[in-house]
Amino acid sequence: MRYFRIVLRKLAWAVFTVVFVICLNFFLFRVLPGDPARAGIRDPRLTRQAIEAIQVRFGLDKPVINCVESLNPFTPGDCLINPLQTQFFIYVSNLLRGELGISYHSNRPVATILREQLWNTILLIGVAQVLAIVLGMTLGIAAAWKARTPIDYLALLGSLMAWSLPTFWLGIILLFWGSTSLGLPTAGKSTPGANYATLWQQWADLGRHLILPTLTYTIVFLGEYMLIMRSAVLDVLSEDYILTAKAKGLSTFQILKDHALQNAMLPMVTIIALNLGFTVAGAIQIESVFSWPGLGKAIFDAVGRRDYPVLQGAFLLIAVAVILANLIADLFYSYLDPRVQTE
Amino acid sequence: MSAVITSKAPPPATGFLGFWHTFRRNKMAVVGLFMLVMAILTALFAPQLAPYDPKAITRVTIEDIYARPSAAHWLGKDDAGRDVLSSFIYGSRVSLIVGFFASMISIFIGGVIGIVAGFYGGRVENLLMRFTDVMLVIPDLPLTVVIVALTKPSLFNIIFVIGIVGWTGTARLVRSQTLAVKERKFVLRARAIGAGNLHIIRYHILPLVLPLLVVNTVLIISLAILNESTLSFLGLSDPTTLSWGQMLNFAFTRGAMSAGAWWVLVTPGLGIVWLVLGCTLLGQGLEQVLNPRLEAHHLAAGPGMVARRLGD
Repeated sequence: MRYFRIVLRKLAWAVFTVVFVICLNFFLFRVLPGDPARAGIRDPRLTRQAIEAIQVRFGLDKPVINCVESLNPFTPGDCLINPLQTQFFIYVSNLLRGELGISYHSNRPVATILREQLWNTILLIGVAQVLAIVLGMTLGIAAAWKARTPIDYLALLGSLMAWSLPTFWLGIILLFWGSTSLGLPTAGKSTPGANYATLWQQWADLGRHLILPTLTYTIVFLGEYMLIMRSAVLDVLSEDYILTAKAKGLSTFQILKDHALQNAMLPMVTIIALNLGFTVAGAIQIESVFSWPGLGKAIFDAVGRRDYPVLQGAFLLIAVAVILANLIADLFYSYLDPRVQTE
Repeated sequence: MSAVITSKAPPPATGFLGFWHTFRRNKMAVVGLFMLVMAILTALFAPQLAPYDPKAITRVTIEDIYARPSAAHWLGKDDAGRDVLSSFIYGSRVSLIVGFFASMISIFIGGVIGIVAGFYGGRVENLLMRFTDVMLVIPDLPLTVVIVALTKPSLFNIIFVIGIVGWTGTARLVRSQTLAVKERKFVLRARAIGAGNLHIIRYHILPLVLPLLVVNTVLIISLAILNESTLSFLGLSDPTTLSWGQMLNFAFTRGAMSAGAWWVLVTPGLGIVWLVLGCTLLGQGLEQVLNPRLEAHHLAAGPGMVARRLGD
């Protein structure tokens, strides 16, 4: 029952955050200088009629909200207008129907574009995260066990180095090295114009394209997982029940396996769930370097083309993904650790 | 006999000298400080160190584009025939300026929100921390990319945006420290003799929150430097300011990869790593100096077998 109330409270909080993000997403694009009303239609050769037609098509002819005609520059407007006729309400009601607007660049629905890209991002992140988690946890346990020995210092220094690497630069270096000395593909997720005789060949080609971006991702996240696992295990190992276990004559391996790991896993679970959300966002750098057709690449391209509907849609999608991951992490944590529930 | 004892006087435990004494023995902190000071000196004396002026207008022939490293140009030339070493030396200025000023903005916002929330408590705290929670959830990089893309890309805008996005962690940290300090006896005593809220914050809370803020600042500087280089690499910086991220953007988008010009691709990245690693080491080291916590655990071999908690 108590757990049920916690779930309800966290759920309400997540819904509130999503609403906040939707409002932020709407007003940010209308307050800041490069507003969509003028960005898509900067061509000086357009006639007045053409500009008006475009504005009607993208719904930019209507007032932003009641009493405000436009936010940049700020112009007051009609207060008595039907609120359902304002840009804000049209935006929200379109969102509820799963519509994210039309891309300025390709004239296709943003939702369709993003849906294609999302799966590519999930594929890339999924593989890399699993690798980073397994390797990071193993190294973290080893470093904590051998704390204050050369092994520990080496692992610490390595993860600090990995943390200090700019993700995009690591990508560039690996791309340079991988494509020249290993002959790996440089961009995209499949060889252009390739004809696959079998499904197996198609998968092999995809795998070859995945190697370098996955490696980059793994190295970047490995350090973080290692550091957290190390400090979590260290924390647990200084508890008194570990001393008791040692006094009982258990071997180090037994203590680690049966006594320390379960409790050390708590912070790891939270970080993993959180990262799953944030990596969708972090993909911008790697996907730009490797031209991987995912969500991050969509953002990068949309910035260059000033394609605001795509940018807006992608930002919303990423923010909602992070909020969801946060919610899952929260719920999982309070389920695993009964102490949280008694708060 | 007493002379022997007095000659072995204990090191001063408080003040700057005491801090320096412990700081000096922390290898991580010393190495980090050294790396940071080197970078700052490079940025300060860039005109004297750089062999060429990176902004000078020069005649470029086809041989100049991505010219290999030579005796005259130690790190070769870039896509516009400019000396890479000179651009690299000048580029350190942008990273340091952005890192310093952006982190000042973050620390200021985070510090004020954290102290106010922790000290006043109640509804104010609830409101501020809920706001912090919401901002914490919104992913930083996409948000900065969106804001910089919508506003004009200039050095000032980049500093401002990185600054106003990165304060959430600081706010939480400062709040919890303020909460802990607020409960101490000397605050109650100060209140009993009639000290006002502002006086208590200024003379009793701030001095104990400050060490934490210093550690946090160094780490936030490194984050800001990473963020700046990413934004520049994505092509969102002012094209007239010369930064490491921008050098990488030019090299990457203008065919350094297919020309095999590793010197343009490797050099700026190493600069970023040097600076970020320096800040991180200094931050980690400072944390150990200012806040010594776990020294060893029960499974460790040798004399440190039983956990010693210092300064708990």
